[in-house]
Amino acid sequence: MYRQGAYPIISKNIIAANTCDLTILCPDIAAAAQCGQFMNIKAEGFMLRRPISICGIDREKGTLRIIFEIRGKGTKALSALSEGELIDIVAPLGGRGFTLLDKSAKAVIIGGGIGNPPMLPIAEHYGKNAVVISGFRSASAVILQKDLAGTGARVILCTDDGTAGRKGFVTDALSELICNETPDIIYACGPSVMLKRIAAQAAEAGIRCEVSLEERMGCGVGGCLVCACRTIRNGEEYYAHVCKDGPVFPAEEVLFE
Amino acid sequence: MSDMSRLGIDFAGVHFKNPVIPASGTFGYGREFEEFYPLSALGGISVKGTTAAARNGNLPPRIAETPSGMLNSVGLQNPGIDHFIEKELPYLKTKDTVVIANIAGSDAEEYRTIAQKLDSTDVDMIEVNISCPNVKAGGAAFGVSCEGAAHITKTVRAVTKKPVMMKLSPNVTSIADIAKACESEGADAVSLINTLLGMRIDIRTGRPILHNNVGGLSGPAVFPVAVRMVWQTANAVNIPVCGMGGVSSWEDAVEMMMAGASLVQVGAALFADPMTPLKITEGLENYCEDKNIMLRSIIGSVKPW
Repeated sequence: MYRQGAYPIISKNIIAANTCDLTILCPDIAAAAQCGQFMNIKAEGFMLRRPISICGIDREKGTLRIIFEIRGKGTKALSALSEGELIDIVAPLGGRGFTLLDKSAKAVIIGGGIGNPPMLPIAEHYGKNAVVISGFRSASAVILQKDLAGTGARVILCTDDGTAGRKGFVTDALSELICNETPDIIYACGPSVMLKRIAAQAAEAGIRCEVSLEERMGCGVGGCLVCACRTIRNGEEYYAHVCKDGPVFPAEEVLFE
Repeated sequence: MSDMSRLGIDFAGVHFKNPVIPASGTFGYGREFEEFYPLSALGGISVKGTTAAARNGNLPPRIAETPSGMLNSVGLQNPGIDHFIEKELPYLKTKDTVVIANIAGSDAEEYRTIAQKLDSTDVDMIEVNISCPNVKAGGAAFGVSCEGAAHITKTVRAVTKKPVMMKLSPNVTSIADIAKACESEGADAVSLINTLLGMRIDIRTGRPILHNNVGGLSGPAVFPVAVRMVWQTANAVNIPVCGMGGVSSWEDAVEMMMAGASLVQVGAALFADPMTPLKITEGLENYCEDKNIMLRSIIGSVKPW
């Protein structure tokens, strides 16, 4: 069941350069939301809604948390909303979220940049059985490290320029990790070049892998078909839709550029 | 008299409980939006443009935001007419709303094949898309000349008794002339406007935002163009006109109907607010109640200077 409505923002923080963290009180949506889903948010004065991944689901408090990068005029307008104001959302969206295995399974969770927020609920699920590889361009962009560590997961922070954590890409850290141990599943969200490399690494090592994709989106529910992504379905190339068929896909189904 | 009956419209031999119809290509085959509201609340549904065989459509990106609007270049991605008839139509026919099959082809033969298949189904109406700007062959090629439009109308007319509504392109010099050509070959109605051909460029990369380079403009930005074209067309033909193009509110729907539209399709506005059709219907009910009129009385009622 999709919902559309205006819900109150109960907390707002700017947590890094151009990165906004909102918590929204929406008990009916929070009750239904699943790990890996997203919401489509109305930015005042703009035609199209902005799809943003859900970064936290608190069913007891009835809240959802989102973290987004202030990248253009629309997300800037969203970031101008204050605590107590209403935000118009359509949610929970996404026909397929992350597949969560038994909590005792060993998971590797990889976030690149603004692909980190949707990984937090996965880390919460696996706790100490998870390794999180969290990558950013540089120290000024680093977010969510306390949250991720708070789940009990082992967190490996990487930055491209070495200004925080270890220097290098998340894929380097993943290579080292899977030399020594074999996780049951790898989850990833981030730039498509990163996802492509991780998908190849997982395939080579024979490890199950799920990736969360992004594409320019229209309706967000599967009605307009604009958010196409190239996939393999029943042995044939099929343009699936990120909003309804995803946003999470088994890595082996995705045809990366 | 119930409030609802004020909104009833008889159009090309089909009764619509209200004039509000989600536009083809913005509403899939309806299933997704039933998560928001029962489809029976809608006057009708114009389904995703359907071709003879399944199509994957264009590469992404397929959408770009524009001031008060958007460009799209989906490229007629659809599962094909057989899938529609076997899987989607039976479902839609249980929803107590008018089902309009929207069809597209790359040549006259494809239009003929699809229309023939639909003729023996219980679909209520066929909307013939001769105006898709996003495919290389066919589509808009037929909709930009009177000869092309007449030819496709005649082809479809020959194989079906279903009401036939030709969906027209605004990318023409005189849309009224195209409508007259459709009327002369037996079209029961026309719908307009499809999208206006446009383009955006990402100045950082120097590449068009759409992978197809160009795409169709829709949304409030095109509304005045649509009103003008509906008005010109309604004055030129004796068949009814279904108006669309940037309709986002009940006021827009009234304006479109005053210009000459008997029905109104809603497209891009669904992306901003999926509840738009219901809000328009409610607004139209209140409008008719306040004025104590039947909605159909306003069709073409504009008093030009």
